[in-house]
Amino acid sequence: MAVTASPERDIVATPMQRATREALYAGAIALGLFVLFIGLRTDQNISNELILVQRWLLLAVVVVLTMAGRFLYVAYGQPFLANQQIVDVATGLLPESVATRFFRLPYFIAAIATVAVLVFLAGSLDGLLGPGLAGYARFLRALAIIYALASVLFYFRTFIHAHFSALGITALALYPVIVVLVLALYGGSVAAGFQGSLKWVDNFGIQILIYVMLAWGLNIVVGLAGLLDLGYVAFYAVGAYAYALLGTQYGLSFWILLPAAGAMAAFWGVLLGFPVLRLRGDYLAIVTLAFGEIIRLVLINWREVTNGSAGISGIPKVTFFGLMTFNVSDPNYIAKVFDIATSSAYYKIFLYYLILGLCLLTAFVTIRLRRMPVGRAWEALREDEIACRSLGINTTTTKLTAFATGAMFGGFAGSFFAARQGFVSPESFIFLESAIILAIVVLGGMGSLVGIAVAAMVMIGGTEVLRELDFLKQVFGPDFTPELYRMLLFGMAMVIVMLWKPRGFVGSREPTAFLKESRAVSGSFTKEGHG
Amino acid sequence: MQYFVQQLINGLTLGSIYGLIAIGYTMVYGIIGMINFAHGDIFMIGAFAALIVFLILGALFYSVPVVIALLVMMIVAMLLTSMYNWTIEKVAYRPLRGSFRLAPLITAIGMSIALSNFVQVTQGPRNKPVPPMVSKVYNIEGISVSLKQIIIVLVTIVLLALFWYLVNKTSLGRAQRACEQDRKMAALLGIDVDRTISITFIMGAALAAVAGTLFLMYYGVVVFSDGFTPGVKAFTAAVLGGIGSLPGAVLGGLMIGFIESMWSAYFSIDYKDVAAFSILAIVLIFLPSGILGRPEVEKV
Repeated sequence: MAVTASPERDIVATPMQRATREALYAGAIALGLFVLFIGLRTDQNISNELILVQRWLLLAVVVVLTMAGRFLYVAYGQPFLANQQIVDVATGLLPESVATRFFRLPYFIAAIATVAVLVFLAGSLDGLLGPGLAGYARFLRALAIIYALASVLFYFRTFIHAHFSALGITALALYPVIVVLVLALYGGSVAAGFQGSLKWVDNFGIQILIYVMLAWGLNIVVGLAGLLDLGYVAFYAVGAYAYALLGTQYGLSFWILLPAAGAMAAFWGVLLGFPVLRLRGDYLAIVTLAFGEIIRLVLINWREVTNGSAGISGIPKVTFFGLMTFNVSDPNYIAKVFDIATSSAYYKIFLYYLILGLCLLTAFVTIRLRRMPVGRAWEALREDEIACRSLGINTTTTKLTAFATGAMFGGFAGSFFAARQGFVSPESFIFLESAIILAIVVLGGMGSLVGIAVAAMVMIGGTEVLRELDFLKQVFGPDFTPELYRMLLFGMAMVIVMLWKPRGFVGSREPTAFLKESRAVSGSFTKEGHG
Repeated sequence: MQYFVQQLINGLTLGSIYGLIAIGYTMVYGIIGMINFAHGDIFMIGAFAALIVFLILGALFYSVPVVIALLVMMIVAMLLTSMYNWTIEKVAYRPLRGSFRLAPLITAIGMSIALSNFVQVTQGPRNKPVPPMVSKVYNIEGISVSLKQIIIVLVTIVLLALFWYLVNKTSLGRAQRACEQDRKMAALLGIDVDRTISITFIMGAALAAVAGTLFLMYYGVVVFSDGFTPGVKAFTAAVLGGIGSLPGAVLGGLMIGFIESMWSAYFSIDYKDVAAFSILAIVLIFLPSGILGRPEVEKV
């Protein structure tokens, strides 16, 4: 809550006085904002009438917390940050100086020791500490593991920076293997390893990679061609329903329908592209948003074909290239072929590699296209449409190819999504999804594939982590559900990350084509106001 | 014919509400050139504030005259939503002014998600039905006009007149129009641009709060996710009328209202939103900057 005061008073006031004043302002504003919404709660009584429940204590807690937060930020946070900038400039270490103080060998050893002790005690934690404290201990263990991993990454930062893509792809390829191995060692058997890996591979791996792929697809439209698309989820829906309908009605295989779904989505991309060719900026944004809503409303209302809001279930699983299947009843079920124990984890691991492959395909195509004339035309279009036209670039085909290519990858991701869920309904294709994908593209630094992948990992992984915080129930009582706060925190995180890094995680925009020498142009030097 | 006039009246009512919300979008767009995605949720906050005030009034007094109750609801909702929009502008949009175009759009979407989920968390996810406040219906030659509809249209007309006066005849309105044309020049001439922008957000929020109160009175139910659909339709209305143009926003709101009520009356109620969005796309193909919008002059 940035409350600005007149400068004359700031000169007289000491930092403490200023902080107190700002805290009082913040408290007054928080009181005003929350008095009706937190202080009172509308609830239904037995006869279904609305009644008000009073919660003044909670309101007081929230207001006091806001004041304390504001006070600490103004009194200590701001001077610390300002001081840090001076130290950074003086030592020449720039952004690393905070990190070098944060990651130190003694801390690292302490973290490893904590993890070791807690893992050793894992089974008897509940007995030793009681269920409440054991929850905290597990949370502490997770934090310690994250810290230890971060320190290792920090120690090898120059090496990682130099070989980022190769290391990243290797890590992603080995991820399910490592998860299964670690859990097998931990649980004492291979079967336990596979069973435990479900959550890690499915919730974290596949979920994040789907968003990486969608964001990379949208990146072609928004990041490269500079066309603001708020209805990207429509193409995702087209791909998903194409596979769901053709797969269930005609029994066609995933491997035939994957390209078909991509082609269909690309066709819709062109169809959307035609009417909006003349529109610019925000007019384009609203028409794409309207298009996304139209597709969703048609899916809901065209009940004869799409089964309405109930959705389509029983979508066939992907086969292992027709050689093996993942249905237990089939004669060529994968576990029967290899003569191993049945487990649903095989399918998830296979899907993980499938989406990883699709992601890499997207990245490969994007990187190659950027070097081709059409990719360069997209980037020229993003920078300046008039200059582009006067250089003889056909803006119509340029825009249409951008829409079609972006939509095609959305379609691929959609048919994968349908195969993974086994069920599609219009619920999955609401505007919020488009907004999340767009937010990932922008937070990642538009046009940067690595930045977008990092943003997807942070935003989607972060919200998935919130599902795991069950121990908070012990703090706030059994009625407390952390899932409820998931989207609230997601929205706030979007705002905070954007304020912290307005240019995204990787904020430099490097032109692909150079005249003489390669010179990166920092994002802060490129022209403002052109997205 | 009676049926048609009946639908016309329904459309007018709906269009008034959309128009009031659309003004908030178009004013903010006019002055700082950003789509304030959180505006639909500001409207929802207004409806919820009105609901809570209604319940407080019901709990404190045995019976309150409807007119006074509505007035109190409207005024409290206006104050509260103004405060929300003012705070959001300060926290989420002001630091990004001068950054690239998509940055404030993303914080606006983030704020929209945060606001609707904030209300979900604090007020619960269920529908909140209120007993009907105004139930009188007049019957004029087979056309039924409810008192609710008359109130909505009257309140809208009064507010628009007030608003027109504010924008066209006062020094505040002059400052706003100056900022809209050229922010840097306005600042050089001694206009406090930050303050003018804050006031613009407050004015938009106040109109949205009135729309929220009227929405609650008309439909008698509100839920935390109610900000999205009216928000998107009001934004559609603002674009249809030509974004940045105040009469355009009202005209667009009325058009969307008419399209919706006519389509649900003569064709199918399921596809009324599809019709509204399709007409937006068709209008924009022929008039790329809306009906009353100024065509953008490209300078090289």
